[in-house]
Parts: sequence; structure tokens; C-alpha cells
Amino acid sequence: MAGGRFKKKGKNKIQAISTASLPDIVFMLLFFFMVTTVMKQDDLKVSIHAPKATEVKKLENKSLVSYIYIGKPTQTRIYGDVTQIQLNDAFADPDQIREFIAAERETMDEADQSKMTVSLKVDGKTEMGIVTDVKQQLRRASALKINYSTLKGDPLGGR
Amino acid sequence: MYNSFKNVTGSLSRGSAGEINAGSMADIAFLLLIFFLVTTTMSTDLGILRKLPQMTTDPAPVTLHKRDIMEVWINRDNQLMVRGELLPLNQLRGKAKEFISNAENLANLPKKETIVLKGIGSVDVTSNHLISLQSDRGTSYNTYVAVQNELTAAYNELRDEFSNRNYRNSFNDLSKEKQDIVSEVYPMRISEAEPNLTGE
Repeated sequence: MAGGRFKKKGKNKIQAISTASLPDIVFMLLFFFMVTTVMKQDDLKVSIHAPKATEVKKLENKSLVSYIYIGKPTQTRIYGDVTQIQLNDAFADPDQIREFIAAERETMDEADQSKMTVSLKVDGKTEMGIVTDVKQQLRRASALKINYSTLKGDPLGGR
Repeated sequence: MYNSFKNVTGSLSRGSAGEINAGSMADIAFLLLIFFLVTTTMSTDLGILRKLPQMTTDPAPVTLHKRDIMEVWINRDNQLMVRGELLPLNQLRGKAKEFISNAENLANLPKKETIVLKGIGSVDVTSNHLISLQSDRGTSYNTYVAVQNELTAAYNELRDEFSNRNYRNSFNDLSKEKQDIVSEVYPMRISEAEPNLTGE
């Protein structure tokens, strides 16, 4: 009787879990992140606290979106605290927007050029004057599809 | 099995390359995985989509009636004036819905036209209404986006109400064709007026 019990105990001993499939699992995760990842394109030189809105839509195709950043410089000691426009990696004047749009168009397929969207990432405290200037330049460059980039939230409550 | 293999190729087995130890594979993969985990940004860009009007050298003269236009002005102190009256921001949505739908067919709200829709029948719509948005150069972007948001919300709520009444579904769950029909009932007509060049 007693011997039998011992035998049973020995049988129930937990075996080490095989880790042979661990690399496969990790590789699977790795490929997932490699495919979904989008490298950050621009270094932000202006600080942006986007306004909130409830009726937001997602921007579908990231390769068709160009970004224009407007806000106060992060390094106020070097660049001052006047609201600036950032295109790619540098500050720019509104006049340079047409060149910028033309350059962005060059990088796209001809079929996609009409679907180009310009996303305006603007700090909430910015005055509309500079935004209006940018919009006029965009009209002149006939980049008419624009997106006011926002966060999701109630604009009436959170201010 | 191994023994017999060794016997056959006895002399070669010393020179043949041994199996590479794959034990560190997981570590390498983990390292890469962590790199991508750190650099990846999942957040998609959200925002309010708008279409700017074409740039024309001489704009066509506007032939709209006064009743068809809702002027929304935002001044430099972020106050709203809607159709000549000061209006708090939280009342804009209701005012816009009232204007767009003109449910009671009032004489000072947009004129209604009867159109025939596939599968629904004839509906009275305010197809010529226009919301004209004008901001000052000193208006804050926060307010401007909030106003855009409220106007969009007015359209979305009206479309949802119509969808629920006729298709028993909210607008976003409808098929593309049905969405087009509903959009025909409440077409989004927001004009961001030409900037006022004289006033600062």
C-alpha cells in the first residue's frame, strides 16, 4: 500500500516545460511589431498641445499624409517665443509651404497625388492669424484636403 | 541511429561542421523585439477633416438669400456671434441643428426643397443652406476647433437621427450607399470664408 503511494507521487512530479517554441513565439511578436511600426519622421521643435474634439476621424493612409506643425519653440532661449511653423525638420515661413507641398507631392505615386492630405498639428493656444496664412498658402498650392489634428475629448469640458 | 551514421562516415565526421547552437536565438529575437516595442508608435492621427475651397482669382458673386446663411463669427476674445446675436459655445450645436433641419419650416430659416430618395420617398431638405465661419486673426485655435467640432456634431446628430428613423441603425453602421442617401438629406455645407484682410 505504502509503496504504491510513493510510486504515484513519483509519476505526478511536474516536468520542466519545454522552451523550444519560445523563439518561435518571440519571432512572431517581433514580426508583428516590425510590420506595424512606423518610425517617427520629424523631430518636433515646437511644443504642441493639440485641442480636443469629439467628432474625430482617423487618418487612413499614413503615406499620403504630410504634416505641418505650428506652435511655440520648445527651446525658447535659442529660438525665442514667437509662434513658428515647422516643415520637416526646420522652421519656415508661410511662403515656403508651396515648395514643401511640391516636394511632398514628388515623393508620392502619381495616382495618389490627388488623395494627399495635409495634417495641421497646431498648438491650442496659437492665434488663428498664422493658421489662416497657412491655409491660404495651401489653397494656393491646391492641397485642399486638410485635417485639423486633435485629441479625443470634450472641448467644452476640458479647458 | 547516430552510432550507425558515425560508423559509415567514420573518417568524415571529424571535419564536418557541427550543429550551430540555437539556444541564443531567443535572446537575439527578444533584443530585437524590445527595440521595436520601444520605437513603435501605435497612435493613429485623429482629427477633423475639411476640404478647403479652390483658389480663384475672381470669386463668383454670391447669390444666396439671407435666410439660407448662418454666419458664425468668432472675435479675438473668443466670443461667438451667430446670425447677429451673441451666443455661448455650448448652445451652438442646438442652434446649428435648428438651422440645418428647419423642422418647422419657418420663414427665417433655410428654404426647403423636395427631393425624391431611393427607398425612402420624397423628403423636404434645406439643400441651399450655408454655414459661413469667419474667425479673427486673434481667435485662439482651441476655440476655432471647438466651433468646428460643434458644427460637425450638429450634422452628425441630425444624420444619426435620420438614420435611426428610416433604417433603424446609426449613420456609421450603414452601408456606403445608404450613407450617401443620408448625406444628401443633410449635406455638410460649411464655408470657411475668405480671411478678412483689412481687420487685424
